[in-house]
Amino acid sequence: MIELEGLTKRYGEKVAVNNLTFTVRPGIVTGFLGPNGAGKSTTMRMMLGLDRPTAGDVRIDGKHYDRLRDPLKYIGALLDAKAVHGGRTAFNHLLCLAQSNGIPRRRVHEVLDTVGLTSVAGKKAKGFSLGMGQRLGIAGALLGDPRILMFDEPVNGLDPEGIHWIRTLMKTLAAQGRTVFVSSHLMSEMALTADHLVVIGQGRLLADTSMADFIARHSRTYVRIRSPQRERLLDVLHEAGLTVVESGGATLEVDGTGAERIGELAARHRLVLHELSPQRASLEEAFMRLTAESVEYHAHSDAPAPPQQWGDGWKRD
Amino acid sequence: MAAAQVIRSEWTKIRSVASTVWTLSLAVVVTIALGMLISALSANGFDGMDPRQRLSFDPTLISFAGMSLGQLAMIVFGVLVVSNEYSTGMIRTSLAAVPQRGGFLAGKLGVATALALVVSMATAFAAFFLGQAMLGEHRASLGDDGVLRAVIGGGLYMTLIAVFSMGVATMLRSPMLSLGILMPFFFLISSILGNVDATKKIGRFLPDQAGGRIMRVVPPLDDDTPYGPWGGLGIMVLWVVAALAGGYLLLKKRDA
Repeated sequence: MIELEGLTKRYGEKVAVNNLTFTVRPGIVTGFLGPNGAGKSTTMRMMLGLDRPTAGDVRIDGKHYDRLRDPLKYIGALLDAKAVHGGRTAFNHLLCLAQSNGIPRRRVHEVLDTVGLTSVAGKKAKGFSLGMGQRLGIAGALLGDPRILMFDEPVNGLDPEGIHWIRTLMKTLAAQGRTVFVSSHLMSEMALTADHLVVIGQGRLLADTSMADFIARHSRTYVRIRSPQRERLLDVLHEAGLTVVESGGATLEVDGTGAERIGELAARHRLVLHELSPQRASLEEAFMRLTAESVEYHAHSDAPAPPQQWGDGWKRD
Repeated sequence: MAAAQVIRSEWTKIRSVASTVWTLSLAVVVTIALGMLISALSANGFDGMDPRQRLSFDPTLISFAGMSLGQLAMIVFGVLVVSNEYSTGMIRTSLAAVPQRGGFLAGKLGVATALALVVSMATAFAAFFLGQAMLGEHRASLGDDGVLRAVIGGGLYMTLIAVFSMGVATMLRSPMLSLGILMPFFFLISSILGNVDATKKIGRFLPDQAGGRIMRVVPPLDDDTPYGPWGGLGIMVLWVVAALAGGYLLLKKRDA
């Protein structure tokens, strides 16, 4: 269990994380979702005691991180797969981590086996591909057999096989009753793995909800219609008391009813339809709507780029 | 308990990277080989010296002449031991494993210092004996007054140079920045400041100028240095303590 209370991080004027309060519970995969630069990594670094909060508190099983004895046995984290000395072999990298927390050497062999790196255990990490580096980082997180696991963007840059492996691993870990906290900027990725969602934008909490709830609330279903007799169709639909959204061109979108009813209405009034299709707004769209106001670096095609402070570019997000 | 774990972990770290081996072996080889070369040259040149120079002829110090260059390898060792963590990003993994930053730093620097001490002492004795062998009839012996002190002092000097570099690297984090400051400082600036009359009075309180005093057995003529061999080493220790304290405070306070 991880508890955040009023967690805040300021870099000078800029607020990276703004008064975050939420709890990450055991037994499920909790997705930590937000656009790039929303403060996910900063929040995770504060959870691990790497960055000091400006205000607020994080507790791991009720304790501050630096109060944990042998912290790798409580919480394992993958922050950055490249955070490894390239000149060290995979085995020695894991061995020095294990020794610092009093974890026996045989456990190093076990986790290497779990992530499928046994055959390259004696190879230097600088020769590793991104996927192998990611696996090495995950091996490090699993080393202490911790009850809590934290992964920062674990599928970034992985091939489909690697992505599938990580998804399965996270679900397995949660099914064993562990707390699994995983960040991503892709809603589609979360939809496949997470049971619970914490969404942030510009460092602020936007949603803290179960995945099922989020889907029910945010995924809008509607029917899309195209017709050469658009005006008449509009009248008919209005008369029937339906809400119609005119979306560009000849296309209409109708909420709150099925395609059958619209089809029957059109037939009764002898109207020609070129399209009649039930639609479901993707979760990605729902996520975009939710975070629209808070996205920091919009890719506007018409508007000028938002004003940036000097130095914003190299600040870690 | 926890301290033993950190020490074991840091020992694994230090022995599992190539930079440890090549920096330390370079320090050993350069210090000894250059010391032997200069000893041999000095033995040949002795007859041509005037009586004043002969009076201040210090065979022990001459056999340590290689340290001026060998210490640069020790600086690289000290800098890399610390800044490797930062340049690779390993520091976050390390601090997540050992969140007690004071204990982490103490373990890391303790292991590196112990290793540097063993290597430096062996180097100092080897450089002394091999250098004296080159000096032939002009050689000093370990039993002579002040010689054993100078040889042990030479080992301590090399060790302290490495520890000072570790402290500086902990403050600066970047290996390039640390080396860019330390190398020219110890190779050029310090000796210039220590030998130019105008800056001599300040220059001799710099860590290497003060610490190097302990390797002298025969004081130079007209010596007006305000401290003795151990006093000089004490000044160097103060510099090292200051660098370590700075490093500790910054590590403690900074986001990793």
